[in-house]
Amino acid sequence: MSKQYETVIGLEVHVELATKTKIFCSCSTEFGGAPNTHTCPVCTGMPGSLPVLNRQVVEYAAAVGLATNCSITRKCKFDRKNYFYPDNPQNYQISQLYEPICRNGYVEIDTPSGTKKIGIHEIHMEEDAGKLIHDEWEDCSLVDFNRSGVPLIEIVSEPDMRSADEVIAYLDKLRLIIQYLGASDCKLQEGSMRADVNLSVREVGSEKLGTRTEMKNLNSFKAIARAIEGEKERQIELLEMGRPVIQETRRWDDNKESSHAMRSKEDAQDYRYFPEPDLPPVIISDEWLEEIKARQPELRTEKLIRYKKEFDIPDYDAQIITSSKKMADLFEATTALCGKPKKVSNWLMVETMHLMKEHDMEADDLKFSPENLAKLIDLADAGTINSSVAKEVFEKVFLDDIDPDQYVEEHGLKTVSDEGALRSVIEQVIASNPQSVEDYRNGKEKAIGFLVGQTMKAMKGKANPGLVNQILKELL
Amino acid sequence: MSLMSLTALELGKKIQAKEVSAVEAAKEALGQIKKLDGSLNCFVTVEEDSVLKKAEEVQKKIDAGELAGPLAGVPAAVKDNICTEGVRTTCSSRMLENFVPTYTAEAVKNLEQAGVVVLGKSNMDEFAMGSTTETSYFGPTRNPWDTEHVPGGSSGGSCAAVAAEECSFALGSDTGGSIRQPSSFCGVTGLKPTYGTVSRYGLIAYGSSLDQIGPIGKDAADCAAVLEAVASHDPKDSTSMKRDSYDFLSALDEDVRGLRIGIPKDYFGDGLDEEVKSHILEAAKVLESRGAVLEEFDLSLVEYAIPAYYVIASAEASSNLARFDGVKYGYRTSEYEGLHNMYKKSRSEGFGPEVKRRIMLGSFVLSSGYYDAYYLKALKTKALIKQAFDRAFEKYDVILGPAAPTTAPKLGESLSDPLKMYLGDIYTVSVNLAGLPGITVPCGTDGKRLPIGMQLIGDCFQERKILRAAHAYEQTRAYTHCPLAAEQV
Amino acid sequence: MANMISDETMEYVGILAKLELSDEEREQAKKDMEQMLDYIDMLNTLNTDGVEPMSHIFPIHNVFREDVVENDDEHEKILANAPAAKDGAFKVPKTVE
Repeated sequence: MSKQYETVIGLEVHVELATKTKIFCSCSTEFGGAPNTHTCPVCTGMPGSLPVLNRQVVEYAAAVGLATNCSITRKCKFDRKNYFYPDNPQNYQISQLYEPICRNGYVEIDTPSGTKKIGIHEIHMEEDAGKLIHDEWEDCSLVDFNRSGVPLIEIVSEPDMRSADEVIAYLDKLRLIIQYLGASDCKLQEGSMRADVNLSVREVGSEKLGTRTEMKNLNSFKAIARAIEGEKERQIELLEMGRPVIQETRRWDDNKESSHAMRSKEDAQDYRYFPEPDLPPVIISDEWLEEIKARQPELRTEKLIRYKKEFDIPDYDAQIITSSKKMADLFEATTALCGKPKKVSNWLMVETMHLMKEHDMEADDLKFSPENLAKLIDLADAGTINSSVAKEVFEKVFLDDIDPDQYVEEHGLKTVSDEGALRSVIEQVIASNPQSVEDYRNGKEKAIGFLVGQTMKAMKGKANPGLVNQILKELL
Repeated sequence: MSLMSLTALELGKKIQAKEVSAVEAAKEALGQIKKLDGSLNCFVTVEEDSVLKKAEEVQKKIDAGELAGPLAGVPAAVKDNICTEGVRTTCSSRMLENFVPTYTAEAVKNLEQAGVVVLGKSNMDEFAMGSTTETSYFGPTRNPWDTEHVPGGSSGGSCAAVAAEECSFALGSDTGGSIRQPSSFCGVTGLKPTYGTVSRYGLIAYGSSLDQIGPIGKDAADCAAVLEAVASHDPKDSTSMKRDSYDFLSALDEDVRGLRIGIPKDYFGDGLDEEVKSHILEAAKVLESRGAVLEEFDLSLVEYAIPAYYVIASAEASSNLARFDGVKYGYRTSEYEGLHNMYKKSRSEGFGPEVKRRIMLGSFVLSSGYYDAYYLKALKTKALIKQAFDRAFEKYDVILGPAAPTTAPKLGESLSDPLKMYLGDIYTVSVNLAGLPGITVPCGTDGKRLPIGMQLIGDCFQERKILRAAHAYEQTRAYTHCPLAAEQV
Repeated sequence: MANMISDETMEYVGILAKLELSDEEREQAKKDMEQMLDYIDMLNTLNTDGVEPMSHIFPIHNVFREDVVENDDEHEKILANAPAAKDGAFKVPKTVE
């Protein structure tokens, strides 16, 4: 019988913080912009320039630490990590090695066998690097420092995960927490959340950890899952052949579904960390920590409980709505405007989800405003438009965030409840569909549906369906 | 009488009194530079064209009553590791031969605000690494007292320019004695302020935890005036201190009666030149005669300061100088294959031997497996040295000793034996490790007519005390112009 | 001499520091470094047990900026000293991971 292996996985997750300015200078962190237009002497490493720490970075990092059950280091310090690379303007990165801001936390994830704690070893603050663009025309690379100095936190987990599913669940959990805190938008594709996977395998039952590798360049949950699978197989294969796993950094190529070692004679991987002399320590007092705690927004678990209690919506719906901060914010803002939580929940659960699927969108991509959704709900609720018109108008709201009041007015979509007008249309429908009329009279109740449909069609969908039914039955 | 033979404050007074104009002063400084700098090489860059224009602008402001400070219109030199927008700043290195900063260092901005006319950038040891100004890519500066001798370093250009009266005063920087030692060798007064007093923003870093910009002038009063102008709390420098007072000039009015002066026995042992020793002790006696109370004591740990200093400074330098890689600014080699080859060739060709030596040492002591034994050990030693000074300052207001073990050596004598050169820093480096202020005051010359400097060290933020002692001592003797400058008068 | 630096170490430090020394330079640097390290080893005669390493001289802390954008687009200035530039970016030899 072949040996049984267990995969041991730890994650290093980098998250770009949602500050307006960089970590050590007053340059904008805004995404995009022509190369080097968001730069200054500090973030391009000009001689003589010096860093000054952005207070907000400390607050976000501490907030994430609190939300992930970490202990906050009351006196934390910065260190220099020295390595040469063109995207690293000073050829050292200001980071934290010896005294990171958060330590010893955990998050809980749901697994098929129940809740599991994933330990967080530490969270530290550091600066992002610039971007290397590979020139298409010349055999050269171009350096853009717009991203250089954007604040990051690195969340280092314990090697507590055993499968790709657990890794995804852990990342999802982190993403939700951080999004709820407003500390980052955590978009994997855009790089505001990046995960490096440390993976080793060992025989089941073994206490000793195997040699691990670090995998970089994972840009989606799918890539992460594939990379874990691929690396696990690669390592098991090596062990089966009696060859050692080498501790190294590997780069995942998601197109080829394989990885290669990022080794070079010129990369000594000896970062010569030492305390950053240009930055004094950060002391987080009880008062400051209390302030940060007090400002901490309601997180998902608290929201779930409140939604059920305050709005009386089913657990399943509450789970879905709180599965992204964007959705939860939409729900709360719309409910505050129209006062109909169940209706709002319905619109989000049914029509919104449906359209998101159709347009292959994530909750974070939603663009419509709570105001317009609330207006639509009010229109439908008052019977001003019927449900099919409401769906049609919602699609417009969903896509272009149009004002439903104005749209309904301009397109003449108000429900016709004028009995006289309806009656004459229905008489015409009856006259031109003798077969259906006869079917109905012969006891085929369903046939009335066709006649309702015909009437609605003639009314361009604007008729009050209840009234149509009532008149039809009367005339038949 | 030459305007350049006046102190900065004397010249400033004449300018305020409209006896002379800022333009006349600048012209005289430029004239002196033209006459002497060909042989002395104090300046790397002189902004001849713009200096007179700047002086005119300053004079206009003086005439309009907008500039009434004691240094308005006074011409000065700025060490070439302090950034000046639009004026190349080389650190006396091939690496930065053509580097033109796009911003001005806070200290220079402060000077300009006070109406000082910056003449140009003064020569130095490459990246401030050296004690002789011989490691400059632009050739050594010569000591105006005897051009066969070095001016000291690394602020050798600044100190020699002041001594040669090519400027009224200068800015230098001091990481391990780079203001105080050349001041001693050149017979001028130089002050290294308490760490954090003058903004480091725009000072091209050597050892970030040790570097301070400071004034060099003919006397303590000039140093006090310049310090008052350049010191500031700068939000751009996170290690800049907010001090209770930036008033240093008024300290000069006080006498030294009752001032407790400690003389560390460990500063007068082996290695100290006898002539230097006797001059320093004589100067101490002078202060005693003015009412100061002298006492000998054991400072301790003196021998550990140099090794701790070289570990810390080299480690920081290896990191600070990593940015010079031929990508964003500075020298890039002409031929290379790939990135790492470009890095290595650019840096190897752009840096001189002393800089490379310190970068190698610094990289080594930080490398995997050595950090604790070297760097951490040095930081602990630094803590103990600081404690030793704290104990001393419980008993004394000022610590008095030499600034250097000898007077200026001849050119070419020091570089052959780096360790010996480093040992010359024995009386200065511990002051940087402990963040203290120190001032060097000329106290005579040796048999070779080379100047000797006395160093006065104060507790943190006690510049006023050392200025007061330095000023009191100066009251007993006239400033000695160096022979070369005296000939010009 | 107590400290012996091997050629491998010199090469390793050269990789870390991105310095390429000629044979002659390397021999000299090796000698200098050995001599310096011997001297630095003097620190080992000092008892530092229980001493907190001191990286910052003064007990200042919490020096912050507020999160407000103050810098404008200065890319021309930023690029003014570049040895090689293209399309508003710094040009370097082709670099791929």
